[in-house]
Amino acid sequence: MNDVTLTHPGQKPIWFAAGVVGLAGAFAGLFVGAANGNGLAGLLIGAVAMAVIAAVAVLLGRKLELPLRLAIAAAAVVLGYLLGGIPGLIIGAAFGAFFGWFIYWIGWGRYRAKLVPYLTPAQVFWHYGFRVLCGCIFFFLVAPIVVVMPLSFNAEDFFTFTPEMLALDPAGYSLKHYRDFFTNSDWQQALMNSVKIAPLATLLSVTFGTLAAIGLSSEHVPFRRAMMAVLISPMIVPLIISAAGMYFFYSRIGLQGTYFGVVLAHAALGIPFVIITVTATLVGFDRSLTRAAANMGADPVRTFFKVQMPLILPGVISGALFAFITSFDEVVVVLFVGSAGQKTLPWQMFIGLREQISPTILAVATILVALSIALLTTLELLRRRSERLRGMSPG
Amino acid sequence: MKLKSAIAASTALTLVVSGAAFAESHGNMADSMVLVSWGGAYQTSQQKAYVEPYLAANEGVTATWDESSNEAVAKLRAMNEAGNVTWDLVDVVASDAIRLCDEGLAMEYDPDELLLDAPDGTKASEDFGDLIVSDCYIPQIVYSTTFGYRTDMVGDTPPTTVCDVFDTETYPGKRSLEKRPINNMEWALICDGVADEDVYDVLETEEGQARAFAKLDTIKDDVIWWSAGADTPQLLADGEVVMGSTYNGRLFSLIEEQDQPVAMLWDAQVFDLDGWIIPAGLPEDRLARVIDFVKFATDTQRLADQAKYISYGPARKSSAPLVGQHAELGIDMAPHMPTDPANAKHTFLYNYEWWADYRDDLDGKFQAWLAQ
Repeated sequence: MNDVTLTHPGQKPIWFAAGVVGLAGAFAGLFVGAANGNGLAGLLIGAVAMAVIAAVAVLLGRKLELPLRLAIAAAAVVLGYLLGGIPGLIIGAAFGAFFGWFIYWIGWGRYRAKLVPYLTPAQVFWHYGFRVLCGCIFFFLVAPIVVVMPLSFNAEDFFTFTPEMLALDPAGYSLKHYRDFFTNSDWQQALMNSVKIAPLATLLSVTFGTLAAIGLSSEHVPFRRAMMAVLISPMIVPLIISAAGMYFFYSRIGLQGTYFGVVLAHAALGIPFVIITVTATLVGFDRSLTRAAANMGADPVRTFFKVQMPLILPGVISGALFAFITSFDEVVVVLFVGSAGQKTLPWQMFIGLREQISPTILAVATILVALSIALLTTLELLRRRSERLRGMSPG
Repeated sequence: MKLKSAIAASTALTLVVSGAAFAESHGNMADSMVLVSWGGAYQTSQQKAYVEPYLAANEGVTATWDESSNEAVAKLRAMNEAGNVTWDLVDVVASDAIRLCDEGLAMEYDPDELLLDAPDGTKASEDFGDLIVSDCYIPQIVYSTTFGYRTDMVGDTPPTTVCDVFDTETYPGKRSLEKRPINNMEWALICDGVADEDVYDVLETEEGQARAFAKLDTIKDDVIWWSAGADTPQLLADGEVVMGSTYNGRLFSLIEEQDQPVAMLWDAQVFDLDGWIIPAGLPEDRLARVIDFVKFATDTQRLADQAKYISYGPARKSSAPLVGQHAELGIDMAPHMPTDPANAKHTFLYNYEWWADYRDDLDGKFQAWLAQ
C-alpha cells in the first residue's frame, strides 16, 4: 500500500531474534509434531531449530539474506516432502518461505518500519498481536467449513482424507456424492420440501414482520417495548422450548405434521429478524414524507407502497434473507412440528449424520454454504446501496 | 385423564371394528402409510425386500419413511399425549417393544391370526418361536452387536476373543464402544472371569457393577464412545480405532461393500432382535392397511429376501434355507449371518427383561462413571 518508512529499522539483539523466532518455531513444530504422532517432540525440535537458525542468520548479517532464505526454504521443502509427501512439500515450502521472511523481519526490526517512531514496545506488540488474534479467530470460524468442502469430493464413502486425496491424485476425487444428492429420491424430496416451505414462511414473516415494525415505530402505540419483547421472543427463547410448545399446541389444533404447520412455525421464527432489520431502517426514515403524501391526498396504503416501502426496501429484503435462511437451515422445530412427509434438507442431513455417515451430507453442506454466501453477498450489496442512498438523501 | 381414557376406549373399539373390517378383507383401507425405521442400509433392505414389492402390487398406495426408531419410545409417548399418532408401523428393538407394550402404546396381536403360516403349514407362532418376546412384537431379523478390527493394525496375531478388547498391551490404540452400559458391562464381566450364565446375577449386585466398571476403567482412556451405528465403521475406516463394536450388518458393509481392511471378531457377539410394532389406537382404515402390509412383509419369502441386502438373519425359521446371495455382490450371505454356526461359536444371550428393569438405574451410573 504505502511504502513510506516511518521508523528506520535497526538490527536487534540475537537473544531477541532467537527468542521470538524460536517461539514461532515451537508453535509450528507443535502442529508438525502432532501430525506425526508426537506433539511435544515437534514443539521442542521446532523451537530449538528455529532459534538456532535465527541466531545464525543474525550473526551472518544482512549480506547473506537472499541465499540464506533460499536455503531455509529448500530445507523446509525437503523436510516437508520426507514427512508428508507431495502435500508435505507444499506445506514445507510455505513454512520455509514464511520463516525465511520472518527471521529477517524480526532480526532487523523491520516490523517497526510502518509504525510511528514513538510507540512503546508494548504498543508495537499489541499492534501485531491484535492482528494475529483476529486472524486466529477468523481461522477458527472458517476452518471447519472449509475442511468440509474438499471432503465432499471424496471418492470413498467416509469422512476421511484418503492417501489418494492427500497426494492430489485425481482418482481420489469424485463427484459421486453430488450425483447421489441430485439423483437420490430421499434427498430430492427433502430439497423439494425445503424449497416449498422456506419461501412461503419467508413471505409470511416479511408481511407480518414489516407491519409489526411499522406499527411499533409509530410513537402513539402503547406498550411498544413490551410488544417488541414478545414479538422477538422466538429468537431468544431456546429453540427446543419453542419446538416442544408448538408440538403440543399444533397437535391439539390439528396443524402438527402438516405443511402449513411447518410454514407457520418457521414464519414465527423468521418474524423477529424482519422486525429488527426493518425497525433499524425505519430509524432513518423521514416521517414528514408520509405526512407530505397524506397532504397530497394519498391514502395510507398508497403512501406505504409508493413512499415508505421503496425507502425501507433494503431493510425488508435483508430481513427476508435472514428469515429465508432461518427456515432453510432449521432442524429442531421441523423435527417436532413436521412429520415424515415434511422432511426438509437439514432434517435429512441430521438423519444422515446419525444413521449413515455419508459424504453426501458434505456435498449438500457445500451447496448450502455456497447458497448462503450468495445470499449474504446480496445482503451486503443491498446494505451498501442503502447507505449510498441515505448519503444522497437530504437531511 | 379424560384424554387417556378416551384413547383407551377408542383403541378397544378400533380393535373390535378393525378385526371385523379385516375379515371382509380389502374393504376400507388407507392408501398411505408412515413407516418408522433406522435409516441407512437397514432401511434400504426393508425398502427393497418388502416395501417396493408391496407398493408394486398395490397401486395407489404410498409409503413414507420416518427415520425415528432411535427415539421411538419418547416420540410415541409424546404423540399419545398430544392425541395425534402419525405413525402406522414402527421398527424397534426388542427391549423398546417390551416397554411400549407395557405402557399400552403398542397394539397386542395374535401371531397366528395376523401373520401368515410358513409354506409347509407351520403356524406363525411356532415359526417365529421364542423371538416373539412380547405380545406386541412382530420380529423381522436377528442381528448382533459385535467387534470388528483393522487387519493392518493388529500385527501378526489378530484378536480372537472379546477380552482382547481389554488387552491394551497386545493391541495398543483406541477402541470404540457404545455410549451406554448395555453389552459393555456384560463384556467387562466376562473378561473379568465371570461365567456367561452368571453375568446378570453378578451385575444385579452393587459389587458386581463396581467390578464391571473397574474392568472398564482399565481401558477408559483408550475408548472412543459411539452413539450412532455408523460411527464405528467411520472410525475403523479412518484408522482412528484399532477395534470397535457395532452392529454386524454395518461391519459387513464396511468389509464386503466398502472393501476396507477390517475383519470380524464374532466372539461373545450379543444377539438382539429388530421388529415391528403397530401403535395402539390407529383409526380403522389405517390399521387395515398396516395389517395387510405386515402380513406381506413378514412372510417367509420376504424375510429371506431381506438377507440379500444386509447380513441380518431372518426371524422365521422357515426363511433360513431360502437365504441366498447378496443382491449386488453375488456372494453367499449365509457365512455372514450372525447365526451361522462358524460365527456363533460363542454368543452371549442378552437378557431383555433384566435390562428393562435395570436400565434406568445403570444408565445413570454409567453416565456418572463416564463423567468421572
